[in-house]
Amino acid sequence: MKAVCWEGKRTVRVEDVPDPRILNAQDAIVRVTSTAICGSDLHLYNGFVPSMAKGDILGHEFMGEVVEVGPGVRRLKVGDRVVVPFPIACGACWTCQQQMFSLCENTNPNAWMAEALWGHSTSGMFGYSHLTGGYAGGQAQYARVPFADVGPIKIDDGLPDEKVLFLSDILPTGYMGAEMCDIKPGQVVAVWGCGPVGQFAIASAYLLGAERVIAIDRFPYRLRMAREKAKAETINYEEVDSVRDVLWDMTAGRGPDACIDAVGLEAHGSPLMYAYDRTKQALMLESDRPLALREAIMACRNGGVVSVIGVYGGFIDKFPMGSLMNRSLTIRTGQTHVHRYLKPLLERIKNGEIDPSFVITHRLPLEEAPRGYEIFRKKEEDCEKVVLKAS
Amino acid sequence: MTTTYVDMRERQAGGYPGEGSALVRDEGRAMLGYESAPNRTNGAGRLAQGLGWFSVGLGLAELASPGTVARLIGVRDGSRTRIVVRSMGAREFATGLAILTGTRPTGWMWARVAGDAVNLALLGQAARSPRTDRTRVAAAAAAVLGVAALDVLSGRKLGQQSGTLARSAHLDAAITINRGPDEVYRFWRDLQNMPRFMEHLESVHATGERTSRWTAKPIAGVSLSWDAEIREDLPGERISWRSVGGDLEHWGSVRFTAAPGGRGTEVRLNAGYLPPGGVLGAALGSLLGTLTETKLSNDLRRLKQLIETGEVVQSDASVHTLPHPAQPSAGGEA
Repeated sequence: MKAVCWEGKRTVRVEDVPDPRILNAQDAIVRVTSTAICGSDLHLYNGFVPSMAKGDILGHEFMGEVVEVGPGVRRLKVGDRVVVPFPIACGACWTCQQQMFSLCENTNPNAWMAEALWGHSTSGMFGYSHLTGGYAGGQAQYARVPFADVGPIKIDDGLPDEKVLFLSDILPTGYMGAEMCDIKPGQVVAVWGCGPVGQFAIASAYLLGAERVIAIDRFPYRLRMAREKAKAETINYEEVDSVRDVLWDMTAGRGPDACIDAVGLEAHGSPLMYAYDRTKQALMLESDRPLALREAIMACRNGGVVSVIGVYGGFIDKFPMGSLMNRSLTIRTGQTHVHRYLKPLLERIKNGEIDPSFVITHRLPLEEAPRGYEIFRKKEEDCEKVVLKAS
Repeated sequence: MTTTYVDMRERQAGGYPGEGSALVRDEGRAMLGYESAPNRTNGAGRLAQGLGWFSVGLGLAELASPGTVARLIGVRDGSRTRIVVRSMGAREFATGLAILTGTRPTGWMWARVAGDAVNLALLGQAARSPRTDRTRVAAAAAAVLGVAALDVLSGRKLGQQSGTLARSAHLDAAITINRGPDEVYRFWRDLQNMPRFMEHLESVHATGERTSRWTAKPIAGVSLSWDAEIREDLPGERISWRSVGGDLEHWGSVRFTAAPGGRGTEVRLNAGYLPPGGVLGAALGSLLGTLTETKLSNDLRRLKQLIETGEVVQSDASVHTLPHPAQPSAGGEA
C-alpha cells in the first residue's frame, strides 16, 4: 500500500510499504478514505518530537471502511464506515473507566520511554512517534486499528467524510479546550492560535455559552476565518504592542475569564522573546517555546482558567508561576479524551449546530502529501487544513 | 554504602503492610553476600549525582557567559576564547545530564575524568600565554585537579558496584491491575502463564504441586534451565519461590494487596538471580546484563495487559525485537 513516511526533519515521502495485518484479536483493518494533516504533525515534521524513526508512517486523523476484523471484535463489522480517534484506548483499565481515554494504561508498548521523559505515560497514539507506542499512522491506504470495539464510531452513509473526519481529533480537541474553561453565561474567552483547533475552540466556546470570544493570531487569512466563520473578535498580535494590554482594554481591566492556548510548543511572538526561546530551543536548553502560554497566563482574569490544548513535548523556560499562584489561576490541559466526545459531537454535526468542514482549504490526493506538509508549514496558499484523499 | 542500602530497604519493607517476604529476602541477601546493586541513595550514587549537577551548572555558566568564566579563571577574553569556553560548556553540560539521567553513570564518570584532562591541558596552554593572569590560572588548575580526584574516586566506586551487578541482580517492580487480588493471584499461580509476560522466559512447567521447571530464552545459543519450588503460597496475598538446582540460582516473591479506592490490586515483585561461575556463568552474565528494573516493569505491564484486556498489546514497532519503524512488516517476524 501507499503511505506517508517520515524520512527525517522536514522530509516526508509517499512510499510503498507492506499492508497492515491483524496483530491482536481486537484489531480491525480500515481502508482509509480520508485523512488529514494535523498541526501536531508539523511538530513531528519539523523535528521537535523525539523518538521518531526513519520510515514511520504519519497521521492520526483518519476515517474509512472496515475491511477486516480480528476474532475478538464483536461490535464492528466488515463494511462499517468509521471515524477513528487518535488515542488508542483499551476500555478496560481504570483510567479508561474514568473516561480519560488518552491516558489508557495498556496501549503504549513503549510506556517506559514516555515514563523517562514525562514521569508517567500517555496512551498509545497513531502515527505519533515511538514515545506513544510506535503505531503506524493513518496517512496511508490502510490502517490497523487496535481495540476496534472501543474507539471507532460508526457513521451513517448520509454524512460526507468532510463533515465527520475531524471527530478523529481536532473537533473534540477544540471542544475539550472550551469545556475545560467551565464557561458560564456572559463570560469572555480568549483563544491563542487560529489554526483549525483554534477555530473549533472558538466555535465550541460559543456552543458552551460564551458571550464574547477573542481570537489571537498573526496570519490575516486565519483571523478572517475566525471572524467570518467562527464569529470571533480578532487581534493580530503583530499589529499591536501588547496583546495583554489590548485584552485589558477589551475587557475593561478584568482580563478574559478563560484563555485557551491552541498554539503549543512552536509558538511565535514578539521578536525579542521569540529569539530568546528559539535560541534556547536550538541549544536544547528548553524543548518547547511557550510564548502563547506565557501570554495567556499573564492576560487571564484573576481566578480564571488557562486551558492548554496546544501540544507541548518537554520542558519550558520562564514559566510565570508567580502570576499563576498569586492570582488563583487554574491550568487545565491534556491530550484529548476523544472517545468521550464522539457521540455528543456527532449529534451536534447531525443537528447542524456545527459543520466542521469550514476549516478545509486544501483537498489533495495522498500522493501529494509532501506538498501538503510544506504549504501547511509555510502557511502558503492561505493553507488552514489539508485533507488527503486516500482512496 | 551497603548499610545505607539495606537500611533503606528495610524501612521501605516496614512501610507497607504485607510488604516483603523475610524468608526470600534473607535467602537473597545470603546469596548476594549483602552486596548491593548501584543505587542513587548510597554514597557513590550521591557523589556521582553531586558531580553531575556540578557539571550541569558549570556547563550552563560556560555556555551562557563564556567571557565571565574566562576572566574568572584568568584567561584573556576574546572571540576564540569564548568559542573554546562554550564548547567546553557544551561538553560539561552533556556529561552532567548523562550522569544524572544515564543508565551507565560509570562510563560517564570516566568521561568526566577525560574532560578534566582536556581542561588541564587547555589551562596549561593558557598559562604559557603572556596575556594570562597566572595566579588565577593556577587556582583554576588546582580546582580542576581537586574535581578530577573526586571524579576518579566516584568512577571507581561506581565501577565496583556495577561489577556486583554483572554477577547478580536483585530487582523490584510494581504495578496496579484493575482486578481483584484473588484473580491476579490465580493468574500468577498458574506458573505456565509466566512466559506470556516475562520476556526472558521460554517456558515454565509445573512438575508437582509446588515444583516447576523453568527455561530461559537462549542467550547466544546457550539455553538455561533450573528447577524451582514455591516456598510460600498464600492465596490472594503472596507467592514466593526459589530455585532448587539447575543452571542458576533464582528467587522471587510477588505480593498482591487490594489497591485503595477500589482500584484493583497492587502487585509488587522482587526477583533475584545469581549465576554460577564458569562458561555458563559468563553466558548468564550477559543475560543479567539485559535484566533491568525497566524490563521487569515492562513484564508487569504485559501481565496487566493480559489480565485487563486478554492479550499483550502490540504496535507495528513493538512486535519486533530490534528497532523497527512504525510501519507494517512484510510478515513472518510477528
